[in-house]
Amino acid sequence: MLIPHPLLGLRDAQEFTYLGDAALLNRPDGMAEGAAEAFFDYAYLRDNPAGPHRELWFHEQGDRSWLVVTRDTVTHEILGAELARDVALAAKGGAQ
Amino acid sequence: MQFSGFRVIKEALTGHKGWKPLWRNPDPQPSYDYIIVGGGGHGLATAWNLARTFGAKRIAVLEKGWLGSGNIGRNTTIIRSNYMLPGNEPFYELSMKLWERMEQDLNFNAMVSQRGILNLAHTDAQRDAFRRRGNAMRFAGADSELLDQDGVRAMYPWLNFDNARFPIKGGLLQRRGGTARHDGVAWGYARAADRLGVDIIQNCEVTGFRIENGRLRGVETSRGFIGAGKVGVAVAGSSGRVMAKAGLRLPIESHVLQAFVSEGLKPVVDGVITFGAGHFYVSQSDKGGLVFGGDIDGYNSYAQRGNLPVIEDVIEGGMALMPAIGRARLLRAWGGIMDMSMDGSPIIDRTPIEGLYLNAGWCYGGFKATPASGLCFAHLLATDRPHETARFLRLDRFARGLVIDEKGMGAQPNLH
Repeated sequence: MLIPHPLLGLRDAQEFTYLGDAALLNRPDGMAEGAAEAFFDYAYLRDNPAGPHRELWFHEQGDRSWLVVTRDTVTHEILGAELARDVALAAKGGAQ
Repeated sequence: MQFSGFRVIKEALTGHKGWKPLWRNPDPQPSYDYIIVGGGGHGLATAWNLARTFGAKRIAVLEKGWLGSGNIGRNTTIIRSNYMLPGNEPFYELSMKLWERMEQDLNFNAMVSQRGILNLAHTDAQRDAFRRRGNAMRFAGADSELLDQDGVRAMYPWLNFDNARFPIKGGLLQRRGGTARHDGVAWGYARAADRLGVDIIQNCEVTGFRIENGRLRGVETSRGFIGAGKVGVAVAGSSGRVMAKAGLRLPIESHVLQAFVSEGLKPVVDGVITFGAGHFYVSQSDKGGLVFGGDIDGYNSYAQRGNLPVIEDVIEGGMALMPAIGRARLLRAWGGIMDMSMDGSPIIDRTPIEGLYLNAGWCYGGFKATPASGLCFAHLLATDRPHETARFLRLDRFARGLVIDEKGMGAQPNLH
């Protein structure tokens, strides 16, 4: 598989390590009400879809950036890649 | 139709005209007492145990493709009970005992062959860990032997003992481990279940669950609605997407695991050898092909095929362990989809939906568990209580902090 790195272009998936569902970017607040349940959900439960899946890939053998890659789990087709930093900042309400 | 030596000779003398299909191909009834979703090894074993051990009637097995088209037809056929933790080892040892009498129970030749499984050790620490594991196995009534380097050399002198990175220091041997004919296991259970009146319905995909007030009423399928008293889901690899139809999220990711077979060779590997440090394992089929595999590809997949980098990695592991493999040609490669659970151990439990039961999370160890999985899941379906040896395999163990972390690698399926 080739991953279209937003800065470096197409890179071999072998340069990356995989973490899993991109929902892991949204770490719960440990001080909030119901934190234990939220962390159980966060650490263990997965949507595990058959089809497009947003997931975290770490460019360990490259520029050491984290990417959010959208990939079809049925065909292995890669539909897009963004810097995880941009995704996380956008979730917090826009760019810095 | 009972199989026997007499029958084989009679058929041989009369042109093999008397053999019949091993199971019927019935249309679904409007409703059943028990529906098993998934016509793989675990589903078929569950149905057979429900009928035979618990005397249940009106049972159906629904399979979305043809019987045995999932992981029961896509594994590397190894059976063993060399686990360590209290939640695991007695369960797999029960399975091993059931393998030893399965062919008599089913009246079917599944080619169960107790040719021994050897886990190689490459460091002092690994040897100590194997000593501990071997002792844990013995506590659970299983057999184990710790071999030193000479002991391994006597069995397999052609292994690469002087590998610079992973020199072979010894190994943990379970002589009762071995292999079984994977398709034969599916066919044997299917035939035996069918003979007890279980309807095995192929090409019947479950597309949804009918749930009223938290109680399951039946399943929607590609062949219409089928009512059910209780539904057991045993669809390893697809557990996530099937249970999502019932609104449940599981502690499971689906990953692809590849396996390989070489061209037929003369006998060289008479048992099963595992090279955990490089993650490569190998046995030889009765037709002569070296059957081997290694790591999962490492990312979520439902593709039932892998990618080339893992093939390269597995072959490198094989070359490091047995350089002679370089002269063999690769015949086939295939991929199966695994439920990678978050602690690497399986789940046999009720779900929050009344009447819906789950058998999932086998990671890449489902084949060896087939007989015990069937027994324990049938016990749960029939009595609503977990079987004694499966009482740790609960769905809520993650929330309660009672994970069965056999490899001690944490809650990340890509590390198993």
